[in-house]
Amino acid sequence: MILIVSTNSDDLKDRVYPRFGRTPWFIKFDTITKKWQALENKAVEKSGGAGVAAAQFLINQGAQAAISGRFGPNAHQALSAGNIKMYTFDNDHNTVEEVIDAFLGQKLTEVK
Amino acid sequence: MRIAVASGKGGTGKTMVATSLATCLAQDFSLQFLDCDVEAPNAHLFLKPEIKHTFPAIIQRPQIIKTICTHCGRCVDVCEYNALAIIGQNILVFPQLCHGCGSCARQCPERAIIEKPGTIGTLSIGKTSDGFTFGMGELTIGEPMPTPIIRQLKVHMLNTPQITILDTPPGASCSVVATIHDADFVLLVTEPTPFGLHDLKQMLGILAKTETPHGVIINRDGIGNTQVTTYLAERCIPVLMRIPYRVEIASGLAAGQLMTEILPDYEPQFIQLYQSIIEIVHQKREAW
Repeated sequence: MILIVSTNSDDLKDRVYPRFGRTPWFIKFDTITKKWQALENKAVEKSGGAGVAAAQFLINQGAQAAISGRFGPNAHQALSAGNIKMYTFDNDHNTVEEVIDAFLGQKLTEVK
Repeated sequence: MRIAVASGKGGTGKTMVATSLATCLAQDFSLQFLDCDVEAPNAHLFLKPEIKHTFPAIIQRPQIIKTICTHCGRCVDVCEYNALAIIGQNILVFPQLCHGCGSCARQCPERAIIEKPGTIGTLSIGKTSDGFTFGMGELTIGEPMPTPIIRQLKVHMLNTPQITILDTPPGASCSVVATIHDADFVLLVTEPTPFGLHDLKQMLGILAKTETPHGVIINRDGIGNTQVTTYLAERCIPVLMRIPYRVEIASGLAAGQLMTEILPDYEPQFIQLYQSIIEIVHQKREAW
């Protein structure tokens, strides 16, 4: 399964980023091979519609799950249409590694 | 002569200045007034126009003809506002992000997009008791896109009057640019506070790019500090008028009075203000 997390930088040990559309970076993680890749979020520079642009990016990347602190209504609609499941983290999980571990341990909440 | 009254910071006195300036100048010139602050228009509360025509403000938004669409994604690529997304065999339209520019429909190689009109607000045109034309746009509550209404309001702007006064929205974003971009002069109203200066700098940044002649009115003069005055003096930006901070102005405005009704002594100052504006515009034109 390909999951994508909104993050502060391109480092697994750095903090996750609480907002989806305007996150500076995404980290793409393959749960089977454990390989990961940092991807810059080009949507952050958009004057509007950053959520839709970021969702389109995840769809194009073949993601099956998205993890962030909060999803805006447009991003939510686009990700749902793309059958990408959305999960949110809270203050208990700060780094990208911690959040991915929490996801694998089924400790994150799915947003419906 | 098109004069846009802008500020950056909200609540500095744009509408107060715009309505008083218009009423003073209407005694000697043919004039029209446009309230382009379509998210919260309020100039009509002071000018009390008789509205003669109202009509809907329309935005053209895309509708995908699914039987023709080949999901090539061209519309998604050309949309500057991310109002479209391609998901498998579906094109999703986000109507609230759409600016109605029409690029998607024009660029669709299959002609699979038709544009459907939607109402996002109202335009009102009338006349004031002083005999000048008044126009205002009003965005429907819940609609997020003010610029199409401003553009449509300006389509109704007449070329015949000698003077057009544009009451500009606050801030320094798209709706401000849509209002001021074809103005001959931008009159900036600010207050001598750190907030006033911060937002004034943003407006000056825009005007440096549009190269529009401009000058400043300092309202609520006497409060805050001298940073605004110092900043403007260092950059040779003219302060065209100072309006003191006085309780009778605030209470008169709250009762729907024009500033020049509250303080008639200011009428000659507004006439003088217009003379200064003409001089600055002519100097700039000669410099070109």
